[in-house]
Amino acid sequence: MTVTVHTLHDRISPPTGADSSLQTQEYLINMGPQHPIAHGSLRIILRMDGETIREVIPVPGFVHRGLEKMGENLTSLQFIHLTDRMDYLSALMNNWAVSKAVEKAAGIEVTQRAQYIRTIMAELMRLQSHALWWGVLGMDLGAFTAFLYGFREREVIGKILEETIGARLTMNYIIPGGVMSDLHPDFVRQTKEVLPYMKKMIDEYDVLLSGNVILQERLRNIGILSGKDAIGYGCTGPVLRASGVPWDLRKTEPYGVYDKVDFDVPVGSVGDNWDRYYVRMEEMRQSIRIIEQLIDNIPEGDIQTVKYGGRIKIPAGTYYDHLETARGVLGVTLVGDGTDKPYRIHLRSPNFNNLWVVTKLAVGWRIADIIAIQSTLDLVIPDIDR
Amino acid sequence: MAGLTQIEDIRRIEPAAEERPDADRPAVMVPVDRLHGLMQTLRDDQAFAFDMLLDHTAIDWHTDGDIEVIYQLFSTLHGQYVQVSAKVPRDNPVVPTVCDLWPIAQWQEREAYDLMGVLYDNHPDLRRLFLEDDWQGFPLRKDYTDEDMLERSK
Repeated sequence: MTVTVHTLHDRISPPTGADSSLQTQEYLINMGPQHPIAHGSLRIILRMDGETIREVIPVPGFVHRGLEKMGENLTSLQFIHLTDRMDYLSALMNNWAVSKAVEKAAGIEVTQRAQYIRTIMAELMRLQSHALWWGVLGMDLGAFTAFLYGFREREVIGKILEETIGARLTMNYIIPGGVMSDLHPDFVRQTKEVLPYMKKMIDEYDVLLSGNVILQERLRNIGILSGKDAIGYGCTGPVLRASGVPWDLRKTEPYGVYDKVDFDVPVGSVGDNWDRYYVRMEEMRQSIRIIEQLIDNIPEGDIQTVKYGGRIKIPAGTYYDHLETARGVLGVTLVGDGTDKPYRIHLRSPNFNNLWVVTKLAVGWRIADIIAIQSTLDLVIPDIDR
Repeated sequence: MAGLTQIEDIRRIEPAAEERPDADRPAVMVPVDRLHGLMQTLRDDQAFAFDMLLDHTAIDWHTDGDIEVIYQLFSTLHGQYVQVSAKVPRDNPVVPTVCDLWPIAQWQEREAYDLMGVLYDNHPDLRRLFLEDDWQGFPLRKDYTDEDMLERSK
């Protein structure tokens, strides 16, 4: 039995003539790898018929660093420091996902204080990530002002995170057994100050952009994704929930202290760009709600149960664990062989699985619509390539 | 998790499926020629309704001469998980594709081909995903060597 392997070259050449009329011919447009919509380095080849998209061929791999290969030669405590280079806007959740898988494999308990800190930090991160996404969406659609507003709020939250964690973008904070350092003495006060401010700002986002006619025209009823397709294409996170599937791991399989808080999971009804937009707007409000319930109740206690720099042996076996980042389900497959380095580590990144639905969503729409569709999918390319 | 009853249900439809006790969730190992049939039943049978292929990857067991392909399935209907795996020989790792069942498999399988060299039979567009088309070798295999780019810790 032989299996044929193709190349990109045979995939994109030659463009075929459109069969419907003599006047038109299909042609290829290359977007990226350097393109504002790529939010990183992603090449997209579009097969066009006039202004209409016939086929989308994403070509990832420009930021492939081989994290999974590197992980085979690093202990889990060392590997944590690479995870925030994947989806840099969900850095803490990436730390947490790997820590959670290692804790489950090695049977490590985590103190309540560490769980509270992790949950609050993850929600601040989600808030920051969505604020940035909102700004970038505005910029992608031609409203540069939104970009500046989004970054303004990101800065405010970034400052709080920086004081405790010490980094602004590639944050390493959550490690197997707890967190790396205790909260900054001013953390609780600052967070409590910033929550009402964020609430006001999200309302301002609505006034500034959500009701805008141009934005509405470009988002409503464009790029409609049915719930069935979203599941088949492996979409998770806001993309899946906007299509009406209420699957949020924070609710269905609570980790951290999500079982102690009361929050809603926003879902969409149409599955178009607008639903993906508004689900994220609502998620920001829910994140604020979660932090409000936790910030006054952080228990005293240890923050770490494993000696830092110690060796965590992963027993032989196959482990899979996952959690909800700002973009969807980040799954970690961990294969242990009894040593402190994993035999194999595989990361199921949410963006990798969310990307491919664009090959279905964008077909039949105009070239300008793929900008809006990509923007509401909220892709972070280093997470796709890993 | 109602894990045990599920394994029994799977064994009823596919007697060749072996339970894997070393996994942390309901997990079965099937011979590779029964893989596609089992996957089809797991997706279509409403008692299972595994409508989402959450993750797919491969593991290189080079000392045994095997490559193991792992599928993590999730049912949005029942909220259940199952892990299905199969082993293929390392020198001829041909696995039937499941991208006719779950569209996302098309790209997850391309990743496994690109990095691990698993060949998927009937795949409509099997080609490299991250690396260039003329790349030699499959980097995630344990015996992969690259003098310029790979450094091994002792």
